[in-house]
Amino acid sequence: MYSEKVMDHFSNPRNVGELENANAVGEVGNAKCGDIMKIYMFIEDDIIKDIKFKTFGCGAAVATSSMATELVKGKTINEALELTNKAVVEALDGLPPVKMHCSVLAEEAIRSCLADYYRRQGIDPTPIVGCSCNCEECHAHDHE
Amino acid sequence: MIYVDNAATTKMSKEVLDSMMPYLTESYGNASSIYSFGQQNRAAIENARETVANLIGAKPSEIFFTGCGSEADNWAIFGAARKNIKKGKHLITSVIEHHAVLHCFQQLEKEGFTVTYIPVDSEGLVNVEDVKNAITPETTLISIMMANNEIGTIQPIKEIAQIAKENNIVFHTDAVQAVGHIPVNVEDLGVNLLSVSAHKFEGPKGVGFLYVKTGTWLSQFMYGGAQERNKRAGTENVAGVVGMATALKIATENLDANMDKCYKLRERFIDGVLSNIKHCRLNGSRTKRLPGNANISFEFIEGESLLLSLDLAGIAASSGSACTSGSLDPSHVLLAIGLPHAIAHGSLRASFSHGNTFEEVDKIVEELIKIVQRLRDMSPLYEDYLKGKK
Ligand SMILES: Cc1ncc(COP(=O)(O)O)c(C=O)c1O
Ligand code: FES
Repeated sequence: MYSEKVMDHFSNPRNVGELENANAVGEVGNAKCGDIMKIYMFIEDDIIKDIKFKTFGCGAAVATSSMATELVKGKTINEALELTNKAVVEALDGLPPVKMHCSVLAEEAIRSCLADYYRRQGIDPTPIVGCSCNCEECHAHDHE
Repeated sequence: MIYVDNAATTKMSKEVLDSMMPYLTESYGNASSIYSFGQQNRAAIENARETVANLIGAKPSEIFFTGCGSEADNWAIFGAARKNIKKGKHLITSVIEHHAVLHCFQQLEKEGFTVTYIPVDSEGLVNVEDVKNAITPETTLISIMMANNEIGTIQPIKEIAQIAKENNIVFHTDAVQAVGHIPVNVEDLGVNLLSVSAHKFEGPKGVGFLYVKTGTWLSQFMYGGAQERNKRAGTENVAGVVGMATALKIATENLDANMDKCYKLRERFIDGVLSNIKHCRLNGSRTKRLPGNANISFEFIEGESLLLSLDLAGIAASSGSACTSGSLDPSHVLLAIGLPHAIAHGSLRASFSHGNTFEEVDKIVEELIKIVQRLRDMSPLYEDYLKGKK
């Protein structure tokens, strides 16, 4: 049901863990729906210098978190904001249709993390990041 | 591969296959035909009917072969509800039934019936008093499963059947998980209708039967030819019913030994998990439970990830997580016994057969210890828990 890439990122997730010196944290999803993604970033000079994630969810959720963090690591904030769930899915050689919502979560987690970064700088993130909650069932929870 | 998903389906034995082979090859005649080439298959079907009837304490005329367990459930529920509609339109079932039962009742509600869904306690047990109290003069059917497919809880079927009888109400039980695994005798249980599926006891897939006690009002299921005494049309699956009879005969002959083995496997598994892994709980009753069923929730992790990891380790099991079902809600059974969503998502069902070994159980426990730790290390919920504890 999953591609080899998905299974690879599921069994050997990249960037998994916590980030001690994080200056942005985002968490989306909730335990009720069975999926939570939490992303930590260390951002310097507008560049995502380091990134880590933790995920409670299915294989697709773990793999998309892993891939999404790979795709934005070392990138600028603007580049990261352009990341779409579609790009993550393509990089994973596709996902089964019922699992597409898990990839949306990865995109949201990145946005929510960047929103947190701006908020910590005293900048209203909404005009820059947009609303990070486009999942109808699970409300995105920005990390406080 | 280590296969511990025997509640999903089982491996057919060589003996069962051998008994079926003639009807899949040379003996292909239609049992309804007049020539002897067809009539020998008629005899095989009636032999199979007699065999399964004897094994569950029924009369051969009370056994109706079906295409699967779901069909037997559908027939029993729609058949009894519709046939008795003049008497009333109130039906009773439980919240933890298999979808093959629940979805029938949901459909009947759309057709104007009223259904009472009896809740269960934290072990998944239906309270007999609740059933009694739900009965109205309009009630025509009560359907409560004998043993639950997810958490293995065994219901007090005999007591409930007695209440139904006293109130002149048809009683159906979905015994798909019970037959071939625990003693089942329809006479002793006092039920009117009982559903069975062959692939759950090492028989072939796509065949089952409905026991219909003589005198029970039930409408016809499939319209067409005169097969199954005019109640269920369709050219018979000769190989299927013969294989089912062989499988049930073998399962019944070995019932005590198999139950004992499964019980020991499951107890070793439950003890192994509970004593080696923190933050987990056994779902269902420890005692009123199918011998081979274990269902454990692991906090802070999600079931599909758990199953994938087990699969990578060569272990086949199942889960009640929403992520495995493609829906947003975890198993209705786990929610019904009061588990919070997050914990229901992290459930694992291991269902053992007599063919499993203690070495396999130990290997699964060993792998689980590693997998659960790996997934917890990845889990934001576990992180929150650890931080909250500090
Ligand atoms: C309790 C219960 N009822 C009904 C069924 C349906 O049986 P079948 O797969 O033969 O349609 C199953 C099996 O999935 C079951 O476990
Ligand atoms: S996290 Fe539930 S389906 Fe992916």
